[in-house]
Amino acid sequence: MAVAGYLAAKRPEPTVLPPAVGTGLVVRRHVLAMRNVWWIFATGFLEPLLYLLSIGIGVGALVGGFEIGGKEVAYAAFVAPGMLAASAMNGAVMDSTMNVFHRLKYDKLYDQMLSTPLTAVQVAGGQIGFSLARGGLYSAAFLAIMGALGYVESWWGVLALPATLLVGFAFAAVGMAVTTFMRSWQDLELVQLVVMPMFMFSATFFPVDTFEGWLRVVVECTPLYRGVVLCRELTTGVLTWDSAISVVYLAAMGLAGLWVCRRRLTTLLLS
Amino acid sequence: MSSIRPTDTTGSTAEAVPVPTTGQLVARQLDYWGRVYLRTWHGTLASSFLMPLLYVVAIGVLLGGYIDSDPAQLEGASSYLAFVVPGMIAGQVMTVGVSETSWPVMSGIKWQKVYVGQIATPLTVPSIVLAQLAFVGFRLFVAVAVFLLVLAPFGVLATWWGALLAVPVLILVGLAFAAVCFGFTAGLDSDTTLTVIYRLAILPMFLFSGAFFPVSQLPTALEWAAKATPLWHGVSLTRMLTTDTLAGGQALVHLVYLGALAAFGTWWAVRRLTAKLVV
Repeated sequence: MAVAGYLAAKRPEPTVLPPAVGTGLVVRRHVLAMRNVWWIFATGFLEPLLYLLSIGIGVGALVGGFEIGGKEVAYAAFVAPGMLAASAMNGAVMDSTMNVFHRLKYDKLYDQMLSTPLTAVQVAGGQIGFSLARGGLYSAAFLAIMGALGYVESWWGVLALPATLLVGFAFAAVGMAVTTFMRSWQDLELVQLVVMPMFMFSATFFPVDTFEGWLRVVVECTPLYRGVVLCRELTTGVLTWDSAISVVYLAAMGLAGLWVCRRRLTTLLLS
Repeated sequence: MSSIRPTDTTGSTAEAVPVPTTGQLVARQLDYWGRVYLRTWHGTLASSFLMPLLYVVAIGVLLGGYIDSDPAQLEGASSYLAFVVPGMIAGQVMTVGVSETSWPVMSGIKWQKVYVGQIATPLTVPSIVLAQLAFVGFRLFVAVAVFLLVLAPFGVLATWWGALLAVPVLILVGLAFAAVCFGFTAGLDSDTTLTVIYRLAILPMFLFSGAFFPVSQLPTALEWAAKATPLWHGVSLTRMLTTDTLAGGQALVHLVYLGALAAFGTWWAVRRLTAKLVV
């Protein structure tokens, strides 16, 4: 009796970390892991920059300019915000599908994390938070270069940074949610089949009015188009209701993804 | 690699087993590579065929619709689509060549250790390298043939003989990249270098070596840098053939450059793989 009572008194209370602390620890883990491959991190921002210099300036010299909301802009100024949004999408999708799948299936990283006091929401939140921080750094660098080259035409452009974070959040959350349903690397090919056409046709490289009728409606309904339009309206300073629609759309998409993530991670890993 | 061949220890004078030539050893690997292809070809559909097609439609047709069709500005091409298509195919064969000899070679040495198994048989390093490059050549042929057949209805191939000649030329371009990449990868210890090479060499070449816009638009120093890259030689030669603007002397320079690169790459790959596998 005495021994049982002693043990009962000694048994520690189950630890529950405050959400912010738990999420922060997961983010910190990803930062530490990234430090080993810092050159991959450092060269990551080059991709959109090279596309900007080649397509924006090189091909742009052949294209001339486009009109946005009655305002004539150079092709590079037109295409740069498109690339800003597209690279936010690409980074978020890569991180939340390929990397997450590997950690989920092979590294068993999330299993390990959940055997600690971390909760499923904190694990998912930390993962997405790190993706956002990384994407945000790339976006900030790209936006600064755009500004230096004179392709940011309005002070509204400052808000393009949070806009890319919103794009990243929407795609990272949905990407991670989708990844929890994947069985093999082959399923990841399907992700590329969705992402690539979006990258090419979501008014990134040419105006949406290149399309007519239902095709244009389809393009306008894609999440990347919403992101592109938002970034483009901010950097060119021509704001319309389209931007407001985009913000609501992307926020809803991200929250829906997060909700699915939480449910799936809980059933996959904790039951 | 005579050292790994079994030596005749009996001292008998019975007829000596003929040592197979490299050609015979390469032929012996035919069924292996055939099986690899049968098991993996569907995985290459999206990357080999859909992606380039999306690029052609998005950049060539739709963005190209906003570009003046001025042959003087487009290196003799009658439209931006006709200008950009040879660049895209050349970029595509570079991608196929490099993707077949980067991670797969790393895997053969390090992860699946296929080469380690192969070298334990009578196969020699030169025959292993040549057989794999032959397989890459086959993959390049399929990719180029499909690409050209799909593009023919777009009316971007000026002459049928130019399009036909472009096939071996493009295979050579792809093989030049594949051989050099084989040699490079064979000496690596970790695959993270490959990611960096992709970002610092392959992607910049794709974007700036005259595939999307004439290199004469670049500042002079960069123009010469672009003209020194193998991709520019590949793009330029392909474009001459598909737009019917062939200039003999210049074409010869391109061919010699690409041929020399393929030969050097093969030699380098054999050398570096030997250093890895044969102790």
